[in-house]
Amino acid sequence: MDLQALRLSLALAAGTTATLLVIGLPLAAWLATTRWRFKVLVEAVVALPLVLPPTVLGFYLLVAMGPRSPLGHAWVVAFGRPLAFSFGGLLVASILYGLPFAVQPFAASLSGVDRRLVEASHTLGVSRIGTFFRVTLPLAAPGVLAGAILTFAHALGEFGVVLMVGGNIAGETRTLSISIFDSVEQLDHAAAGQTALFLLAVSFAVLVLTYSLRRRPVLG
Amino acid sequence: MTSLLSFDVERRHAGGPTIRAALTEELAPGQVLVLFGPSGSGKTTVMRCLAGLDRPEAGFIRFAGETWFHGAERIHVAPQMRRVGLLFQDHALFPHLSVEANIGFGLHRLPAPEQRERVGEMARLLGIEDLLARRPGQISGGQRQRVALARAVAPRPRLLLLDEPLSALDAPTREELRGELRALLHRLGVPSVVVTHDRTEALALGDRLAVLAEGAVRQVGPVHEVFSSPSDRVVARSVGTENVVPARIVGREAGLVQVEVGAARVLAVDPGLVEGEVFACIRAEEVLLERAPDAVTSARNQLAGTVTAMSPEGPLVRVTLDCGFRLVALVTRPGAEQVGLAVGRPVVALVKAPAIRLVPRG
Repeated sequence: MDLQALRLSLALAAGTTATLLVIGLPLAAWLATTRWRFKVLVEAVVALPLVLPPTVLGFYLLVAMGPRSPLGHAWVVAFGRPLAFSFGGLLVASILYGLPFAVQPFAASLSGVDRRLVEASHTLGVSRIGTFFRVTLPLAAPGVLAGAILTFAHALGEFGVVLMVGGNIAGETRTLSISIFDSVEQLDHAAAGQTALFLLAVSFAVLVLTYSLRRRPVLG
Repeated sequence: MTSLLSFDVERRHAGGPTIRAALTEELAPGQVLVLFGPSGSGKTTVMRCLAGLDRPEAGFIRFAGETWFHGAERIHVAPQMRRVGLLFQDHALFPHLSVEANIGFGLHRLPAPEQRERVGEMARLLGIEDLLARRPGQISGGQRQRVALARAVAPRPRLLLLDEPLSALDAPTREELRGELRALLHRLGVPSVVVTHDRTEALALGDRLAVLAEGAVRQVGPVHEVFSSPSDRVVARSVGTENVVPARIVGREAGLVQVEVGAARVLAVDPGLVEGEVFACIRAEEVLLERAPDAVTSARNQLAGTVTAMSPEGPLVRVTLDCGFRLVALVTRPGAEQVGLAVGRPVVALVKAPAIRLVPRG
């Protein structure tokens, strides 16, 4: 198995999960509580990657990261190298593509927390932020953890967007799933089989873990 | 030192009735004001507005010189800033925290040693020191109630709000806590507002009673006064026709108790768990009237008195007597004629011992 690709995939999945915890939790908390009329629009945007072909998202990202776009240009000016076909670009793509896998379970578990507990905390003088960390998040923890694991597993095996945005550069953008594709192209079915089996095992383990977390009753 | 609670709030519910409630009450430390009304009368809405959890559409809420809400001036003080303790109907304890952490939840601004001290003090006051390490799921309903009360009171709120505080408990626990809760509220020294639709709960806990019915506050006064002399039909319908008189248990014998009511003494069935000050409740329908004392009767209480007022109510007559205390009887018109009832006439009221219900007053 391509260990370099494994390391890269793990780094990509870890980075994606960590980032999505930071931006996904506030977004999910907002979605779970807001009464804004156009909330559905945000929900639809978040869910887009679920139905969009990876090539479509990948194509737009590629255009956005290209030297002719303002974003791509600014990136080159700032860091001296283009975002496309780099690990950074891959991470951005993976985060956007993983959004629904994180935000949807986060929002579901956060909105499952009894509203009166939140109100009780407010009347006890604890701020909204304090209440989120002391009441909502601990009670939603199993769901949030399940969402994070799912995000990690999904990012680990992502192929389409990665191929569009990152291409196939060893040590930079060649992830596990790309390496399977690579091995098959080179008729090295043994290597492809090994990597595929590994990803299958990881995915299965992750789903078992996720479902067992969901079954766990809330402490008390 | 008393604090003035004054509000006039209006809140519409989508597809429901508009609730409009206005009240101005001077609240003394430890005093309990009961907001009494049938379900759907809007009392929970009023309480949520007082706590700052709901925002009225219009009106104002003022407490102890502070404006908590003012519709026209767009003032809405957040619940965090009101220093109000709220006891939720089903307690709403944090299931992921120990009893100790629950009680100390609102003490985050105090240094750690003071937090521990305050939690200990609250636990002692409520007799729950043995439970501190447990989770809310591992204790009984009555214990959860005490923990919730300790949690609400620990940050020293200026006003305590209790939403149907006894309704989530099973009957034996409710009986036990009913008398105790009032004593506890007095001891805590915080003015309280209790919201309830339960007459016994209102009688047992309240010093003063405000009746909320058909979307408005109808009558405010001392608990027994509101129950005994409702100001209008709407109030009468929601509190029921009942005599509620302050009384005192003075003796016990063979399952019966001697009760001193005003200048009179009556016999009632011993409800147990009750001592000293009580309310004696007698439904007006259960009072029989006779012209002279009857030598042979099964009724244990024969009260001699005079008729002070009579008013017809459909086929019935509401007769008010003075028999050492004020007693209202509801009799039929032919019945009243047969006895020859008239204002100023002497009369004897018969009340069976089991018809007298005693509610503890802590």
